[in-house]
Amino acid sequence: MAKVTIDGIEIEVPEGTTILQAARLIGPEVAPPAMCYHSKVKTSGGYCRTCLVEVSKGSEKDPRPMPKLVPSCRTTVMDGMEVSNFTSKKVVDARKSIVEFLLINHPLDCPICDQAGECHLQDLSYENGSAKTRTDFERRTFNKIDIGNNIQLHMTRCILCYRCVKVAEQITDGRVHGVINRGDHAEISTYVAQAIDNDFSGNVIDVCPVGALTDKTFRFKSRVWFTKPMQAHRDCDKCSGKVNLWYKGEEVLRGTGRKDQWGEIEEFICNTCRFDKKKTSDWVVEKPASISHQSVISANHYEVFTKPTEFKINIVKTLPIEEKTN
Amino acid sequence: MGRKILLKHINEPGIQGYETYRRIGGYASVEKAVKTMTPDAIVEEVKKSGLRGRGGAGFPTGMKWSFLAKPEGVNRYLVCNADESEPGTFKDRYLMEKIPHLLIEGMITSSFALGAHTSYIYIRGEYFYIVNILEKAIEEAYANGWLGKNILGTGYDLDLYVHVGAGAYICGEETALLESLEGKRGNPRIKPPFPAIKGLWGCPTVVNNVETIASVVSIVNDGGDAYAALGIGRSTGTKLISASGHINKPGVYEIEMGITVEDFIYSDEYCGGILNGKKLKAVVAGGSSVPILPAELILKTANGEKRLMSYEGLSDGGFATGTMLGSGGFIVMDETTNIVQNLYTFARFYHHESCGQCSPCREGTAWMEKIMHKILHGHGTLADVDLLWEIQSKIEGNTICPLGDAAAWPVASAIRHFRSEFEEYVKNPESIKEVNHLYNTQLA
Amino acid sequence: MGKIKIQHSKFKIIKMSEVKKIEFSPEAFELVQRLIRRYPEGNQKSALIPTLHLAQAEFDGWLSAPVMDYVASLLQIQAIEVYEVASFYSMFNLKPVGKCLIEVCRTSSCWLRGANEVVAHIEKKLNIKDGETTPDGKFTLKTVECLGSCGTAPMLQIGKQYHENLTLDKVENLINDWSQATEHSKYLDNSTFRKN
Repeated sequence: MAKVTIDGIEIEVPEGTTILQAARLIGPEVAPPAMCYHSKVKTSGGYCRTCLVEVSKGSEKDPRPMPKLVPSCRTTVMDGMEVSNFTSKKVVDARKSIVEFLLINHPLDCPICDQAGECHLQDLSYENGSAKTRTDFERRTFNKIDIGNNIQLHMTRCILCYRCVKVAEQITDGRVHGVINRGDHAEISTYVAQAIDNDFSGNVIDVCPVGALTDKTFRFKSRVWFTKPMQAHRDCDKCSGKVNLWYKGEEVLRGTGRKDQWGEIEEFICNTCRFDKKKTSDWVVEKPASISHQSVISANHYEVFTKPTEFKINIVKTLPIEEKTN
Repeated sequence: MGRKILLKHINEPGIQGYETYRRIGGYASVEKAVKTMTPDAIVEEVKKSGLRGRGGAGFPTGMKWSFLAKPEGVNRYLVCNADESEPGTFKDRYLMEKIPHLLIEGMITSSFALGAHTSYIYIRGEYFYIVNILEKAIEEAYANGWLGKNILGTGYDLDLYVHVGAGAYICGEETALLESLEGKRGNPRIKPPFPAIKGLWGCPTVVNNVETIASVVSIVNDGGDAYAALGIGRSTGTKLISASGHINKPGVYEIEMGITVEDFIYSDEYCGGILNGKKLKAVVAGGSSVPILPAELILKTANGEKRLMSYEGLSDGGFATGTMLGSGGFIVMDETTNIVQNLYTFARFYHHESCGQCSPCREGTAWMEKIMHKILHGHGTLADVDLLWEIQSKIEGNTICPLGDAAAWPVASAIRHFRSEFEEYVKNPESIKEVNHLYNTQLA
Repeated sequence: MGKIKIQHSKFKIIKMSEVKKIEFSPEAFELVQRLIRRYPEGNQKSALIPTLHLAQAEFDGWLSAPVMDYVASLLQIQAIEVYEVASFYSMFNLKPVGKCLIEVCRTSSCWLRGANEVVAHIEKKLNIKDGETTPDGKFTLKTVECLGSCGTAPMLQIGKQYHENLTLDKVENLINDWSQATEHSKYLDNSTFRKN
C-alpha cells in the first residue's frame, strides 16, 4: 500500500495505482479532469495533458519534487507522494492553456452538436476556459464522413484522444480506422472509404469525449437534456445487454452503454443492443439512470436529486472574476 | 592543433574501406573487449571516461548503460540513433560517410558490453546513400569475422542491421525511434517505463547517438581515464561540432571541450571567421532547439569571461544569458541576418515535425507558425509578440517528449534577446527586406 | 465480427488491359523476405518502412492505396496500419509525383545561404509552385525541412543523391539532366541493402 496526499487529502491505495485513480477515490473535489484517459480502455491517457498535476514530493524515500507537471493518468503513486491539483496555480494555469489549445481549432458548434450536454470538452471549457479567444486564424475543418450506416465521423470536432482507435484495437478484430497524417494535420480516418462494420463498432461513440463520433440513429432527434435515461437490460448473446435507454415521451431515441460517475463506459455493448432494439418491449426497464445533479441532463430527473447538505466550493470556481472573463 | 580522437584518421586515403581502417588499428577495441575484458569492466571504463550522450541531452553514457535491465532469458538490444535531424547538425552523417567502420566497431564493442546479440543502426531515410556505405562496411565486418557467430572464437555472437526511417525529426527522440523501428508511427512513448527496462519489442534497450558509440572505441582502447583527461570539468573528451551559416569554412570539426567560442569562430583551424569580413550578429550553438544568443553573449558570459565550448560553458548563465551545447549544431549569423525571418524557418520546422500526439505541441507549434507567418507578412501586432511568448511558455514542460521544449526555446530566446527586431517588424514591415542570398560564388 | 465492406466511391468501368497487377519484381520480393528476417520472428511489421520505400521505388515513386494494401498483405498486417505509417513520414508520397522529385531544404542554415533563391529559381524555370508537378509529369518540386547538409548549404536532394553548395547554374544543369529521364528518381536500388 502507498500513502498519497492530493490537495491536502491523504489516502492509502495499492501500489501501482495512478495519481488519477487515487484522486478519483477521494472524490471529485480533487480529481483532475481527463479527456483521453478512459478506465476501460487499456493504455489510454497521456495525450491531452488536461490531467497534469504537480508532484511537490516524489515519495518518502526520494522526497525531491518532480521537475515538470506530470500526467496523473499515467503516473503511479509512490508511498509518501504529495500531489497538488486544484491547489497549484501552475496546474490551474497549465490546464487553462491546454483548454485554449484544444479549442483553437474546435468549431464551437455546440448549438448544433448532438454531444452538447454530455460533452467533456464543454464541461472542461466551462470550468477552465477563457471567455475570449486569442486567435482569429481560420479553423481547421474536415468533411463529415459516414463510417457505416450508424456512425458519423465529424473530424472537425475531434481532439485526438485516441480512445476510439484503442477501443477498436482492443474489442474488435480487424481495426479499419486509425490516425493518419501527423502534427495538426493528424486525423481519425479509414483512409479509403470504408465502413467500420463489426458487432462492437458502436462503442467508439460512447468513448468519444466530444461530438466527433455520433450515433446517426439519434442525429438531430433531440437535445440530450430533453431525453430521460432509463437503465434497462435484455438477454443478449453478444454482450451484457445492460444499457441506458434515452426516452423522449414514450419513444426510445437511442441506446448507449452505461456511464460511471466520471462519464466513462462501465461495460461495452453490442451494436444490436445499441442500434436495433429501439422498442420498450425489447427491454426490461429497471429504473431511471443516475445522472450527476450537476449535469444539465438531470434537470428533468427529480427522482435522483439529493439536496446538498453543505456547499463544497470547488477551487476552480473561486478564481478571481477577471481571470474568468478575460 | 587540438587532440583528435574520432577524426584522427579522417584524411587517410581509403579510410572508408576495411583494409585501410584495419591497417590504422581499426577493430582493436573489439579484440581487446571480447578477449580480455568483461562486459562490466567496459561499462566501468565508460563511466570513468565521463562520456556524455552526444545526441543533445548530454546524459552520462556509463550511467545509462548501467540502468539496462538484465532479466534472464530476455533479449537486450543496442540501437544506434543515426536519425540526425536537428537543423544545424550534420556530424553523424560526416562520420558515417567518411569513416563508417568506426561506428561499426563501436557498435560491436558496445553491444558486447551490454550483452546484446542483435543491434540496429536506425538511420534517417534521407541518408539513403549512407545506408549503402554502412551496409558495405557491415558486409566487410562480417566477412572478416567481426560480426556473426562466435566472434574471434570467443563464443560471442552479434548481428548488426541498418534500419532506415522515412522522414520524421521526431524519430530522433529515443522512444519514437523505437516505435518507428517497430514499424509504427513515430509517436514518442509515455515514460516510464524507460527503454532500459522496456524498449524495443518490450525488451531492455539502450539507444545511443552515432558519435557516442564511436567514442566508445577510444575509451576501450586507451582507457576511460585517458579520455577523461581530455576536455574540461564534466565535459570530458572531444566533441564534433557541425559549423554552418555565415562563416568562411563551414564543416565538421572535432574540438577538445573547453576551447573558447571566439577561437572556434575566428581561428583558421575551425570556422575561419565571418564570411565577407562581416560582423557576427548571433549564434545558435547547439542545433535549432537551443536558445539563440547575440554576439556579445556567445563570445562572453554575462560575467564578462570568455565563453567556452563545453556543456557547462555554453549553459553558463542559464537561459537568461546562456544556451546549450546540444547536438553541436553551430549556426552562425552575420550582421545582415534577420532574426525574425530565421525564427520563422524554425517555427515552420517544429510545426512540420510535431507528431500530433499531445495537444500543447500539436496545436501550439501550428499556432506559433501562423503567428510568425502573420508577422512576417506585415500583419502582426505587438500583442502577437506577447502572445508568441505566452504560447511557448505554455508548451514548454507540458508535452510528452522534448519536442515541445525544442519548439519553445528558439521562440523564447529570439524574443528575449531580439525583441526590438520583432517590434520593428510589426511597426514597419515594409522597410524590412529579405537579405539572405546565394553566397556560393565565393566557395571553391 | 470484423467484416469489412468497401464502399466504392466514384467507380469507373475500365478495361481488363488497364488493370495493373500489383506485385513486386522477384528481386524486390526476395529483398522483402530478407528484410523481414532482420527482425525477430513475429515482428515482421518492423520491415514496414523499408518495404514501403521499396514499394515506392517499384511503383512510380508514390504509394497508392492498392500498393499499400499489397504491402499489408506481404507483412500480414491490417491495411490501416500501413496507411497510418505511410501518411506519417514525409518521404512517402501519397499522390503521384514527377519523374524527378526535387526536394529543396530551406531550414535555417540553408535559408541563411539562399535556399529561397533556389526555390524561386526552380519555380520560375519549371513554372510550378512548391508541391506541384509539371504538366508533362517530369518534375515535382517539394520543399523540405533540414536534410543534414547545413555545412554545404544550400542544397537539394533528388533520389538518394545530395546536391550541395548549390548555385543557380548547378540547379539549371540538374534540371537539364533530369528533363531527359525515363525512370523515376529513387532513394534505393539493388545495391542498397546487402545480399546476405
